This record gives sequence, C-alpha cells and structure tokens, in this order.
Amino acid sequence: MLLHVDGLGIHLAGKPIVRDLGFQLNAGELLVVLGPNGAGKSTLLKGLAGEHKIANGQVSFAGCTLQNWPKREIAKRRAVMPQRVEVNFPLTVEEIVRLGRPAEPLSQSMPVVLELMDMLDVAHLRYRLAPGLSGGEQQRVQLARVLAQVWDAQGPVLLLLDECTSALDPAHQQQVFSLLRRLAKQRGFAVLAVAHDLNLAARFADRLLLLHHGQCYTSGQPFEVLNETVLAAVYGLSARIIKLEEGYPLVVPRDDGQVPAYASPSPSSTAPVNPSCLQAS
Amino acid sequence: MIIDGAGRLAKGPALLLIVGAALMVSVVSITNGAYPLTAGDILGVLIGDLNDEVARMVLFDVRLPRLILGFLVGAVLAVCGAILQGLFRNPLADPGLIGVSAGASLAAIAVIVLGGTWLGGWLDLAGAWALPIAAFIGGSGTVFLAWRIASRAGHTSVATLLLAGIAINAIAGAGTGLLTFYSSDEELRSLTFWTMGSLGHAAWDDVAMAAPWLLLSLCAAPFLARPLDAFLLGEQVVGHLGYNTDWTKRAAILIAGLGVGAAVAVSGLIGFVGLVVPHLVRHTLGAGHRVVIPASALAGGTLLVGADCLARVVVAPAELPIGLMMALIGGPFFLLLLLRTRIT
Repeated sequence: MLLHVDGLGIHLAGKPIVRDLGFQLNAGELLVVLGPNGAGKSTLLKGLAGEHKIANGQVSFAGCTLQNWPKREIAKRRAVMPQRVEVNFPLTVEEIVRLGRPAEPLSQSMPVVLELMDMLDVAHLRYRLAPGLSGGEQQRVQLARVLAQVWDAQGPVLLLLDECTSALDPAHQQQVFSLLRRLAKQRGFAVLAVAHDLNLAARFADRLLLLHHGQCYTSGQPFEVLNETVLAAVYGLSARIIKLEEGYPLVVPRDDGQVPAYASPSPSSTAPVNPSCLQAS
Repeated sequence: MIIDGAGRLAKGPALLLIVGAALMVSVVSITNGAYPLTAGDILGVLIGDLNDEVARMVLFDVRLPRLILGFLVGAVLAVCGAILQGLFRNPLADPGLIGVSAGASLAAIAVIVLGGTWLGGWLDLAGAWALPIAAFIGGSGTVFLAWRIASRAGHTSVATLLLAGIAINAIAGAGTGLLTFYSSDEELRSLTFWTMGSLGHAAWDDVAMAAPWLLLSLCAAPFLARPLDAFLLGEQVVGHLGYNTDWTKRAAILIAGLGVGAAVAVSGLIGFVGLVVPHLVRHTLGAGHRVVIPASALAGGTLLVGADCLARVVVAPAELPIGLMMALIGGPFFLLLLLRTRIT
C-alpha cells in the first residue's frame, strides 16, 4: 500500500475542513476524489502535498509517516498539480516544463522535457511565453511540468492532481485521463485526482471517493458510488444514472427545475461548507 | 547561433556583450573627469614609467575607488531587485518596497539634522562613518522589522511583508519629512544631495566598509536561483519541488536587506537600477534566475558606472547627483521600451 490515510483531520483558521477521513491508495491505482464545492477536496490534497498541517490522524507514504519524509526525498516521488498556477514572468513553455527537474543538467533533462511536451500536446508551443497561452494550454504545460518531476523516479510515485483538466476541451480531457490511467497501469504510479466531471471520473477511475462536509460520504467502484440517491444527498443533483454496456455508469442531469439542497438549507448542517463563505454572509 | 528558438539572445554572446560593455564603461569612467587621463597615462602609471604624482593620485585615490564602488552598488541594487521581484512574484517589485531605502534615509537624515544636538554622542562615537553606519542599521533594521511583522510561527507571509513594507515606508517617510521641516538651510542642502544619491565622495574607506556586505549579498544570491525559479510558479510549488519555502524567503530578505542597506549607506538613494535592469535582462535573456542574477549584476554595475560618467560630464565642472541622472536617462528609456513592446 502506497498511501495510507487514517483518521485525518485538517483545520484552516481553526475550523475543521477535513474530518476523520480514512482511505488507502495502492500503487497502480487511479483514485478520483469527488464532492461539491467546499467539500474539502483541495484541502485534503494540500494536506497530502505538505502545504497544510495535519491536525489529527496518520498519513503514511510508502510505509513512512508523511511528515517524516525529507523534503528533497519526497519531491522525487510525489508531484503536485495545484488548482491554479499563474505565471507573470516571461518564461517559455520549455523552461516551465524544465522547472520540474531543476537539479538536472540541461542535456539530461531535455529528452524527458521533449517527450512530455509531445505527450501533452504542447510541443508546438515550446518557445511561446507562458503569460500569452490560453487557460487550457497553460494547464497542459503545468501537467507536463508536474509529470517531469517524477518521470523516471525509481520506486513508489504519488501524483496529486487538483482539477487538472478543468480548462481542457473534451478531447484533451480524454487524452489526459487516459495518460494518467496508462501511467498507473504501466508504471505503477498512484494517482489521486480531484475532479468535477462525474462521467469522466466514472470512465477512467479505478475507485471514487466522494467527500461531503470534509468526510468520506462513500467510496468504491464507480457504479457503487454514483447512484441517484447519493448524488441527490451530496450534491443536491437530480440525475438519471444509465448503466452502459461497457460497465460504466453514465450520469445524465434531469431538467426538473429543483435544487433540493440549496432550496432548503438546513442550519444544523454539521460542518461549514466553506469558512470564507460564512464570514462573507 | 545568436538568437535562440524563443527569439532571445543566446546566453554566451549576451554575456560577452555585457562584459564588453562593462569594460568599455570602466575605461571611460577612469579616463574622464575634471583631470583627464589618457589610456597612455594610465598604462604609464601602472607600469611605473610615468612619474606624474597628480595622475597617480587621481587614478588610485579618486577614479578607482569610485569605479569599484559604483560597479558594486549598481550590481547589488540590480540583483536585489531581481530577488525581490522573484520573491513577490511581481516584476514591478523594487528594493524600496520592503522599506530598506526609507529606513536608511530616515537614519541618515536623522544623523544630518540631529547630529549637532540629540545625536551628538553617536557622532563622537562613530566619527566620519556616523552617517553610513546609521544608514546601514536603519536600512537592514527596517527590513528585519517588516519581516518580523510578516512572520508567525515560523511562516512568513509574502503579502503581509509587502503591506508591512508599505506601512513602514509611510512612517519613515513622515519621520524624514518632519526632520526636513526642522532642518537648517545647510542641513537641508546636504540631506537633499543624499536623497538624490552620489558616488562623488567615494574613497577607499567607503569601499572597505561597504564591500564586504555588498560582496556577501552578490555571492549569496546565485544560491537562491533555483528556489526563486520555483517561486515564479507560486509559493506552494516551491515546497512541491522539494525546497524549503521559509528558508528561501528568509535568505532572500536577508540578502536584500544587507545588500541594499550597505549600498544606500555609501551612495545615498539611487532608484531605478533595481527595477529596470532585471526587467531588461528578463526580456532579452529569459526569466530563469540562473541567468537573471549574474546578468543583472553585470548590467546593473555597467549601467550605474555609465550613468556616473555622464553625471560627471554633462554639467562639468560640477556633478549631477547620480540618482537624478538615473531617473533622467532611465525614465524615458523605460517608457520607450514599454511603448515599443507593450509588455504586460
């Protein structure tokens, strides 16, 4: 087992955002974390990325407590794609991808950089400056940079990706997710990806983890997690689930004009959805 | 290949170009001035053929310290500008932003105005070095203060650092204004010159006092190149790539505080170098700090020595303050560049 999370709690500004969360991720597995806005998906990912302090519980990576890994060592095995990366400086696409391998001499990192630029369909943008790229292009460049960091790592590799296809067109979304799946199956990467597209998640993930108010609502195979009752309870989404011949569920939203969760907010709901929203209201 | 795929100057030729310019400017700076020296004179003095005591004195006691100090100060201002722009992830950041210049001015002007009265003891103690030492303490002290305000539980917030810098700038500015208001005519003249910057009094004493700090900050800066590259992608990415984010921030602030503090202490306030030089370097050579830091050092030194030459020539036999000169040539040049390329 590559990643073992047990009773994890993460607090932001004193408020619990992730609570008593437990799950496991094996090498070669693609886990997609789902959940409504403010469910704690990004906070969970940042906790696993070492950005947020772990308030309670245990997280172990490759058999060793996460906090005990030396920064340099874990950077060779864990790569993180933040939800948004903004580049204000005139760096070229090639230079950004190369930042994934900062310590290596140019001649050594160049083959990997070229291979990844090609794989993520940004090779034609090689000498373009990042601030002038479209949102989807920037996202692909960042993904190439993140993959470059662990591309030829020996031993266990963990990818943490926060909405890494949110700005991509459908063809590129498909391309990225099938690449992630291939990396998991062929190289044994453990991939944890936060996503919103239920059908994309159902098609490519080995397992889904559905977060609600910072806790695991349910997890398992796509057709176990994605059913009408669960979607209505967690998202307030009214949808029909069609089971496809290939074995994947297909989620089709209904047009019945009702949004139950938002129409009748319950003041006694256990955790704040997002602390900043509460302060603003 | 002089131009690379991204339409930038290739590193090798660009480096040669800057080094060439630096040498040229140095020769011009050494030969020009109130007492003109030809290249032959200098060669003669150096190999001992020429027995001209005045030429010898002008070369060794006036021109050389001024050249060295000018080059070091320009290099440090440009490098510290590059570091802070990387740290703040903002190409418009400037060493003045975290309060170094404001703190140094307040301390220096306090010595000028209150030296005869309240700060008489300090003047007795530090003697001729009272002003530069006070400026250095004032400059690095304010940076330390801003950094303490922005740090909590071992973590430094870059946004708070910026805001603390702005507040400290305002407070120090008010103090400076108050002292200016109470100063006598003679003090006013001397403090005005100080705020416009000058290399005119550069002597070996100044070089000896400032050079260790300036060199320390110049030599330490390249070690931050890689983490600063990661900073360009965002603070969280620094940690993801395996660097110690807080250590990097602390080192950057320390280097900038000591370097700019020492530079301001010996040359007064010289703006513009820290903003424009890294900007120009990035747009001709790329934004990677392994190139930006050394190239900014060379280009910053060259620019300041060049501006100093001009400042000595345009209104000869008098001298324009170099800070004024920098603003005079730098401002329009920067505007021209902006209009031509419309860089965002």
